[in-house]
Amino acid sequence: MTAATNTEERYYNYAYLDEQTKRMIRRAILKALAVPGYQVPFGSREMPVPYGWGTGGIQLTAAIIGPDDVYKCIDQGADDTTNAVSIRRFFAAVADVATTEDTGLATIIQSRHRIPERPLEAGQVMIFQVPQPEPLRGLEPRETETRAMHAYAEYGLQYVSLYENISAFGRIAGGASYPVLVDERYLMSPSPIPKFDNPKMDMNPAILLFGAGREKRIYAVPPYTRVRSLDFEDYPFEVQSWDQCCALCGATDSYLDEVVLDDQNNRMFVCSDSHYCAERRTLGHSGPMAGHALAQAAGEAG
Amino acid sequence: MAYVAVKGGERAITNAHAWLAEVRRGDPAIPELSVAQICQQMRLAVDRVMAEGSCHDPLLAALAIKQARGDLPEAIFLLRAYRTTLPRFGASTPVETGQMAVQRRISAAFKDIPGGQVLGPTFDYTHRLLDFKLAAEGGLAPAAAMDEATMPDAMPTIASVFAHEGLLETPPVAADPPEPFDLTREPMTFPADRDQRLQALARGDEGFLLALAYSSQRGWGSTHPLCGEIRMGTVSVAFTPDELGFEVEIADIALTECLMLSGFASIDGEAPQYTTGYGLSFGHNERKAMSMAIVDRALRCADLGEEVMAPCQDAEFVLSHSDTVEASGFVQHLKLPHYVDFQADLLFLRRLRKEFAQPRPAATTGSMQEAAE
Repeated sequence: MTAATNTEERYYNYAYLDEQTKRMIRRAILKALAVPGYQVPFGSREMPVPYGWGTGGIQLTAAIIGPDDVYKCIDQGADDTTNAVSIRRFFAAVADVATTEDTGLATIIQSRHRIPERPLEAGQVMIFQVPQPEPLRGLEPRETETRAMHAYAEYGLQYVSLYENISAFGRIAGGASYPVLVDERYLMSPSPIPKFDNPKMDMNPAILLFGAGREKRIYAVPPYTRVRSLDFEDYPFEVQSWDQCCALCGATDSYLDEVVLDDQNNRMFVCSDSHYCAERRTLGHSGPMAGHALAQAAGEAG
Repeated sequence: MAYVAVKGGERAITNAHAWLAEVRRGDPAIPELSVAQICQQMRLAVDRVMAEGSCHDPLLAALAIKQARGDLPEAIFLLRAYRTTLPRFGASTPVETGQMAVQRRISAAFKDIPGGQVLGPTFDYTHRLLDFKLAAEGGLAPAAAMDEATMPDAMPTIASVFAHEGLLETPPVAADPPEPFDLTREPMTFPADRDQRLQALARGDEGFLLALAYSSQRGWGSTHPLCGEIRMGTVSVAFTPDELGFEVEIADIALTECLMLSGFASIDGEAPQYTTGYGLSFGHNERKAMSMAIVDRALRCADLGEEVMAPCQDAEFVLSHSDTVEASGFVQHLKLPHYVDFQADLLFLRRLRKEFAQPRPAATTGSMQEAAE
């Protein structure tokens, strides 16, 4: 855990946003929690990072963070990817907040594209960066239409699309951003997490908040809410699986990244969740390529 | 190991930013540009940054241009991200462009109009020949001759010229107008009223609006535009603080305004009139103001009973994609790592290819039939 620091960036208000804006965002969060899965429009602000780079997640964090929080930020599951480093440094600077890579120690976990492998706990807040909050946007480009479809819970178009996958590919396609139904009412995009992570959202004890800055929408899954990935009785929902275990820690239950080692078709598969992998290695687990330079690099960064 | 380079980003970021600062300065043997120089000599860039940055502050816009190495969308982003942190203490009274201290005003509709045609400082009718004297640092240009007598104090707008005959639609002025929509506080909503549309267009990307206006001219949602008037000059901005209760002039700002005349229509059963499109931009930017006016008119098609057929007439299409900062950020976010989603795609593709190589006819046909049922 890295202690809080104080730098010149504190010339801005605590956690960057002014207090009125934070109140506006908190009201949107409360509304989102009250209507699980419903996309609440909010007056998203320009942030000092570009739209598409986490502005929604950053605004959510800025609205709820306090000096006692412990902040973790990951991108693709890893704490040391460049954009995660950049956002973590931002909050360390503007919110005097302690940061951590330890999923268990964090009170706020901001993420792009993953849910950590370690189960979340009551009291934790998981913040997702969302590029496109509208799960139906790929099927219907007009906001006026999709809002009406949500209002009437008219999701036939989505089921037709899944059915078309089956007729084209023999199974439901879509590895990430796989649509879910929240509390059997609102169709929701889980953000571009792999569908491997979808089941983690169901009856999760943590608060799940989703922020789309550019599209100006906030939505939420309150603790212990049913989240069901869409499927058919004869084509049940399934998650990704690998023939290999993690080459570094030997885990067989984690989402794996593929690392290309050379141009001779040699590759290794390692945990996408860098902290999960490091913790397992500390506990003495090892995979077939344990001690590889990649493990040392990850250890150094951690 | 490319992967290691993607990871361990902390040191990489710091070093990359140091490199950026170095290339921004360029060859140290060349004198550094000052913000004041940019403000004076790159004024049209400053104007564009202020307009799309939604913030009238020439020195900050110039600073943003310097910091962004002349990349205007990046400078616009810098100014927006600063602007959004500013406290809001109220709204000015509407500026009166009819009272503008005009530097340039032309109408393509009449040969002469009250107040006259004033060319002002324009690129129009210059021959686009590179001026190699400028490369040799040409020094001071001779002062332009100015005859005060030819510039009246106030120039009536083209709308007031038409007013007597009622040839031109006149937007109703509400006695107690509601607060205008403010995109910097509220998200876009559809259907969008004209105040919301005009604000989005005023902040919108100049290139995008130019292309839309051009597409309209070429027949993709034509508005048959005719340039009623373009005027550029300075106007006073006034504000009434609650504590004082009377109006105080707080600034003089330069604006470019365009009124585009368009096809006739009978609005609400009235006699036929010219309809109009309106464009307004900070500073001197006629390309932006004219494009905005054409697109504004095109977006009014539904209100005027015309069919929505082309992109420039489709409010959701135009307004959702006009913002430079949003568009630039989202297109470029594709640079961020996507290897988790890519891995998901790869798994799926490999599975499909494996099945393609080793077909399992019975199982596949069976499930297909089942799915079709």
